Amino acid sequence: MAPGFRPGGPHGRRFPGTGYGRRSPGFDYGRLEAVRPSFRTPAPGTFGIRRRSVFARAVARGSPVRSLDWVLLAAVTGLTVLSTLLIWSATRPQLAQSGGDPQAFLKKQLLNVAIGFVLLAVVSMLDSRVLRTYAPVAYLLACLGLLAVLTPLGATINGARSWIAIGGGFEVEPSEYVKVTLILVVAVILGQLRDGDKAPRGRDLVLAIVVSLPALGLVMLQPDLSVVIVLSVIIFGMVVVSGARLRWIAGLLLVTAALGLLVWRMHVLKQYQIQRITAFVHPTADPSGSGYDASQALITIGSGGVFGQGLFHGAQTAGHFVPEQQTDFIFTVAGEELGFVGAITIIALLGVILARALRIAALADSQFGTLVAAGVACWFAVQAFINIGMTVGIMPVSGLPLPFVSYGGTATFANMIAIGLLQAVHRRHTIFS
Amino acid sequence: MIVASRRRVLVLYVLVAALLFTLGGRVWYIQVMSGTAYTRLAANNQTRDVIIPPVRGQILDDVGRPLVRNQTSLVVSVQPTVLAKLSDGGAAVLKRLSGVLGVPVQRLTEQTRICTRTVPQPCWPGSPYQPIPVDQHVSDQVALEIIENQQSFPGVSAQVQPVVDYPAPDGANAAQLLGYLQPITQREMQTRHLPVTGFSGVDLVGQAGLEEQYDAQLRGTPGDQVVSVNAAGAVTGTVRESAAKPGDELVTSIDARVQADTERALAQAVQKARAAGNDTNSGSAVVMTTTGRVIAMANYPTYNPSVWTGGISQREFNRLFDQAYGEPILNRATQGQYAPGSTWKVTSTAAAIRAGYDPNSAYSCPGSVNIAGRTFNNWTTASLGDMDLHEALVMSCDTVFYQLAYQMWLADDPNGRPVSHPKDPMQNMELAWGFGEPTGVDLPEENPGVVPDRAWKLDYWNATKNYDCKYGNANGSYVQQIEAEDCKGGYVWLPGDAVNASIGQGDVLVTPLQLARAYAALANGGTLYSPRLGAALISPDGKVEQQITPPATGRLPVSRATLAYIRQALGAVTTQGTAAGSFAGFPLSKVFVAGKTGTAEVAGGQATSVYASFGPLSSPKYVVVVMIPKSGEGADVSAPCARQIWDGIYGLEGHQGAYPGGQRPATLPLIRTDGTIAPPRGYKGGS
Repeated sequence: MAPGFRPGGPHGRRFPGTGYGRRSPGFDYGRLEAVRPSFRTPAPGTFGIRRRSVFARAVARGSPVRSLDWVLLAAVTGLTVLSTLLIWSATRPQLAQSGGDPQAFLKKQLLNVAIGFVLLAVVSMLDSRVLRTYAPVAYLLACLGLLAVLTPLGATINGARSWIAIGGGFEVEPSEYVKVTLILVVAVILGQLRDGDKAPRGRDLVLAIVVSLPALGLVMLQPDLSVVIVLSVIIFGMVVVSGARLRWIAGLLLVTAALGLLVWRMHVLKQYQIQRITAFVHPTADPSGSGYDASQALITIGSGGVFGQGLFHGAQTAGHFVPEQQTDFIFTVAGEELGFVGAITIIALLGVILARALRIAALADSQFGTLVAAGVACWFAVQAFINIGMTVGIMPVSGLPLPFVSYGGTATFANMIAIGLLQAVHRRHTIFS
Repeated sequence: MIVASRRRVLVLYVLVAALLFTLGGRVWYIQVMSGTAYTRLAANNQTRDVIIPPVRGQILDDVGRPLVRNQTSLVVSVQPTVLAKLSDGGAAVLKRLSGVLGVPVQRLTEQTRICTRTVPQPCWPGSPYQPIPVDQHVSDQVALEIIENQQSFPGVSAQVQPVVDYPAPDGANAAQLLGYLQPITQREMQTRHLPVTGFSGVDLVGQAGLEEQYDAQLRGTPGDQVVSVNAAGAVTGTVRESAAKPGDELVTSIDARVQADTERALAQAVQKARAAGNDTNSGSAVVMTTTGRVIAMANYPTYNPSVWTGGISQREFNRLFDQAYGEPILNRATQGQYAPGSTWKVTSTAAAIRAGYDPNSAYSCPGSVNIAGRTFNNWTTASLGDMDLHEALVMSCDTVFYQLAYQMWLADDPNGRPVSHPKDPMQNMELAWGFGEPTGVDLPEENPGVVPDRAWKLDYWNATKNYDCKYGNANGSYVQQIEAEDCKGGYVWLPGDAVNASIGQGDVLVTPLQLARAYAALANGGTLYSPRLGAALISPDGKVEQQITPPATGRLPVSRATLAYIRQALGAVTTQGTAAGSFAGFPLSKVFVAGKTGTAEVAGGQATSVYASFGPLSSPKYVVVVMIPKSGEGADVSAPCARQIWDGIYGLEGHQGAYPGGQRPATLPLIRTDGTIAPPRGYKGGS
């Protein structure tokens, strides 16, 4: 900050919360700066007209940087830092044992995170009109990706055909993008209320569901049941927040329940999916088989105690007793090595992200913004709950990553894009509302 | 923003908070409330106990020559858990290994598969976490090849490990005394409560002989290594380790050279008897001090104890226990029971003198006597006239003892029915000399022999009467008639029983060791010892942990004068009696060997040749007993064999004696801290 410069001007604090809206040219330097960057204004106590430093301009009131939700960003950054440490710890011994570079995963994830933050920054700068315009295209592309997964381009990992291998050992998981783009599309459909309407019409609801059906169907074909559930929860949450009448919501619940029953009865579920569910209901039935992951995860987390074994000192983690411990089961690494303190920190940081997302939803200047933020909140909430719940034995084992913590390129990108969307919504109401 | 949305976002707030609190609460419960329980579970998960086998103690002879050597050797072993992880289950590795070791791949596969309910023998009975030894003696070159090509040989290691071998110093075999080692079975674990830390195939347990008797001291204490493993079971590090404590060395009183000489003499005697047209197929010889220390114990047939190392094949195993091969596994010195024949007369003489018969009176020695309606023949049909008991022993006159036995029987059964407290002088004397009960030697599975007397006959009748009464028929065949008789009165102690027993025949059975210790008692002035092979247990650092001395278990109820009288008579046996021929030309002036020959008739077979001796007569030091069934006269077979053994001890007839001046070492060999062994001063060690 330039010396002597007081951001926000003398009246900057008079209108907390809404002060940005009161336009006071000549007083609100920051605001003017943001609108007209070339405008030069003498700093108080200096002579002549001098261009302010880039940093000063960047943090000036109303600037893109100032208008970001910094609490949200801090929580995301905090989780990301924890995540990279945990991924390093989870993969180091295995890689070292097999003679590979013990930091291979760490390096890859650092690259993922860097790309993710760039995506976050780019998306957060996008205007809502741009988002609305390109949402259908993005959604269509994501659906095409899902389609491509089912062709020979797709790769099967852990029973689900969810990945497309691209060169250089990188894979794309289109279902992650589907989550983001579906939120946007549904928000577009349900967020455009006609004049006088207080809730989306039935037609809009039907449209929203019809539009999301291809995504749900394609993910079901992979098959990735847990993603279907996440997508369903997102859609349902957005329908609820859209203000839809309760009878519509009830109807939707009934249809979903009926479909669920049909899926169960038609034996669409694969054997392993049923086993995961039965293993959850009877965890001790086969501790070395289907229940192995769950019981090892519990042991690993439980052995962490209050303060944990110390980062890089988890014996369970080093012995790789829990499978997929850098991705789906990364919470076990935190549990063992960082203990209750670390585990609760991760839950708290996720709580901060969810709280900020909901706050952004509540304060958004448009129904579109509200729905986008609420959709993102639903997504992270349900995914975090299913993931952590599975590691602590209160949910069945599934293949969902823990947002911001699990290793993975596509998931990291999609999460960061979602945070970017939240920031975009936040910025809009900060700037214009 | 519409009102409904705002309200519903608030609902979402509450919902999300509820979810997060659920997770937080659950994590609290797992980590804070149940943390210790899970920590314990995790520890079980992550570690495996591996037993470090201790180096087993060696078995040494009296000057420190190893009879059983437990050396370290380069052993190639295979880690089954590593092989199992390979895509082909390790088949390629075993194939390469078979090429390097020169062992058929089939055998390696069998050796390394883990025994389960569905996997048949041969297989590995131990823990799958324990390396399985597949070759016990590889060269440095092979070991290097394996160690340096770990990528070609994953899970294969070449390590220095303890391995048993039998150096057979001076050719001493001693297989039956040493016993053998076999992997411990789960059942033995439970019954023997061995101080092993777990069931593991490398825990070898002594299964016979000294290896079994002194197993607890020889085995040492296994070390315990707790290793950390990963989810795949691969070892990732060592958590803690306690070193193995090597077992004690067992110094025995066996002298390898005497043992070897005895074995050779016995084998030659058996072959000689066979060459003479006998069916001789077994035999045993015992050399011990008059104080109960066993110096040699030879058995024929014998076997090479090396067949046990590294696992015995079924064929070799069957052979050891096969009667067609003479059951070479048997330690006939303690397990073989033979009629002692005339060697038994020393007890009969002692009994007669004690019962008041004057040894120097004249007793008639006719060619046969008729007792209770049966004719009992002397070994010669000619009458030898009247003689005292000295002469009766020297000439081995049976009829003298028949008559003595009958007179004693008559005293106890004056009307054909026993008095209320029969004295039974002969039978009680035999029991007092230690017959009819195990000697308590430090070898397992000893047989007690049989002293037939009233109690024994009653026991025998009780055990057999059901059969006899069922099949017996007074008008049936000869066998049926006897059965009918036995059914009616088989418990009655008849004159024939007493008469037959008086010359060591009939139902009398003794083990060679029993005979040896009885003669030792006769020679040493009447002290009956429980023989010992073990002399001392010495820790690997040279500390004598335990001195083993043969305990005195009784005294013969015979006066010193009587014992001296009998000894003199046995001396005369060598100079002018039944053994005179066998000892013709023996330098008796240097070592006067006194002894008694025996030829025990066996119903329906060739006689057992027996010779029991001690010497030197003036101050007896050693006892030599030889028993060779199905070989004929004691004077022809066993006595010459014993002569050869005596010669081997003292070195009188041209070849070097085992003991300089016939003196066995008075001190123990010295075990140095570096593991080398120094013989007692004045003796030559090595092999």
